[in-house]
Amino acid sequence: MIELKGLKKNFGRLTVLDDLDLEIPSGQATGIVGPNGSGKTTTIKSILGLVKPTEGEIRIDGELVNNRWEYREKIGYMPQVARYPENMTVEELFQFIKNIRGDQPSNEEELIKHFGLESELKKRMRTLSGGNRQKVGAVLSMMFNPDILIFDEPTAGLDPRSSVQFKKKVRELKDQGKTIMLTTHIMSEIEELADHLIFIVEGKIKYHGPMDELLNEHKEQRLEGAVAKMMEEEAA
Amino acid sequence: MKALTILNYQWKDLIRGKWIFGYALIYLLITDALIRFGGAGPKALLSISNVMLLLIPLVGMIYGALYLYQSREFTELLLAQPLNRKTLFWGLYGGLAVPLSAAFILGTLLPMLYNGMFFGEQIASILLLLVLGLILTLLFTGIGFWLGLAFFEDRIKGLGFALVGWLFLAVLYDGLVLLTIFVLGDYPIEKPMLALTMLNPIDLARITVLLEFDISALMGYTGAVFNRFFGSFYGMITAVTSMLIWLALPLYGATKRFRKMDF
Repeated sequence: MIELKGLKKNFGRLTVLDDLDLEIPSGQATGIVGPNGSGKTTTIKSILGLVKPTEGEIRIDGELVNNRWEYREKIGYMPQVARYPENMTVEELFQFIKNIRGDQPSNEEELIKHFGLESELKKRMRTLSGGNRQKVGAVLSMMFNPDILIFDEPTAGLDPRSSVQFKKKVRELKDQGKTIMLTTHIMSEIEELADHLIFIVEGKIKYHGPMDELLNEHKEQRLEGAVAKMMEEEAA
Repeated sequence: MKALTILNYQWKDLIRGKWIFGYALIYLLITDALIRFGGAGPKALLSISNVMLLLIPLVGMIYGALYLYQSREFTELLLAQPLNRKTLFWGLYGGLAVPLSAAFILGTLLPMLYNGMFFGEQIASILLLLVLGLILTLLFTGIGFWLGLAFFEDRIKGLGFALVGWLFLAVLYDGLVLLTIFVLGDYPIEKPMLALTMLNPIDLARITVLLEFDISALMGYTGAVFNRFFGSFYGMITAVTSMLIWLALPLYGATKRFRKMDF
């Protein structure tokens, strides 16, 4: 379980996260939606310790993780804009991360096959297409079999086939009982993958609960309509 | 362990970039030329130290900042891994500072070795020169890192400050000291001048060299004051100690900043 308590983040005068309280249940998939610039990525980066919160507590499985680093062993992260050392080949990159992790067991071979990256292994990162970079990011996030997986707009830039492959993998991980967190602007993806929905606007949580409840509440057949309605209510 | 993995990768990357060999080659050619034309005496050493006093701060600062910008992807990748930020910082710093130091030391030492200069009576002076170069490299790479981190989002500013900082410390500072002496020459300004020297690590290194070679004519005002105040031996000890304090400053500032930064 990931708990955020009173999380605040200011970038200079700009308040990006405003007293955020959040619980992300274990063994389930939680989707985070919200307009651009609402603080989705900042929330994720705070959990990972990439962004240092101005105030507030972050707990993972009950343990306070602010300014710690060991806990990241449990997390696999796939960033929104995947940037990797340009001079490394894909193979070298995987090997390097394995060395950094102290040769933890990894299932990267299976993942490479799953995402069809075999032919890219010898290429340098700089020559890779955006979609293939995303796939490398997906492999990196999953290869150490972490308990918690965080995906920041994972399918942006993936072709439909890869996107389907990715979602298939995520469902597999869900069945294995992993905790999954993902942000996206594609509502059908949330519908397909997530059990819980979090709706963030301007660094505040506007909705947090099981997906089906939201759909009942708004009497909409589709999530897209429900979320669009919430956004409109926000703007009004 | 993890720091070593990072170092290993960064060194491979530097070697792949090849420019580090160019940097070593500059010292090699200059040292070789100076020894060839000026003989293997203290004169050559003095000329080498003059080159070093200009070149090391420039390369250290500019490349320190530039390297941090170049390693941005690498840094972001590793921050999401179970890795202490401190480990990552020292891995990055060592990844640049160690090869730069090695390039300087090898580039300067090799010609001295094959010219038979190293094993002469000047061995102490040569070692002092190498140690000074080493401290300067570590120090200015640290300042470069600090600037790079302070202007992480604004590369032009970071590099601009590095360049202006170098110009100030290496060139303008002496002019300012001279101007102060010229204007306030009638007052007892020895001690303030001493303090002014301590504020500039390049000056400290220069004075250490001058004290070692005992060239009072070239020592300039601050050097002479230094000599009179501390004597040759204690003057050198004081100067080197101040440099070490100087070394700690940017590294402390940079680590502190790196620990608190958002990526």
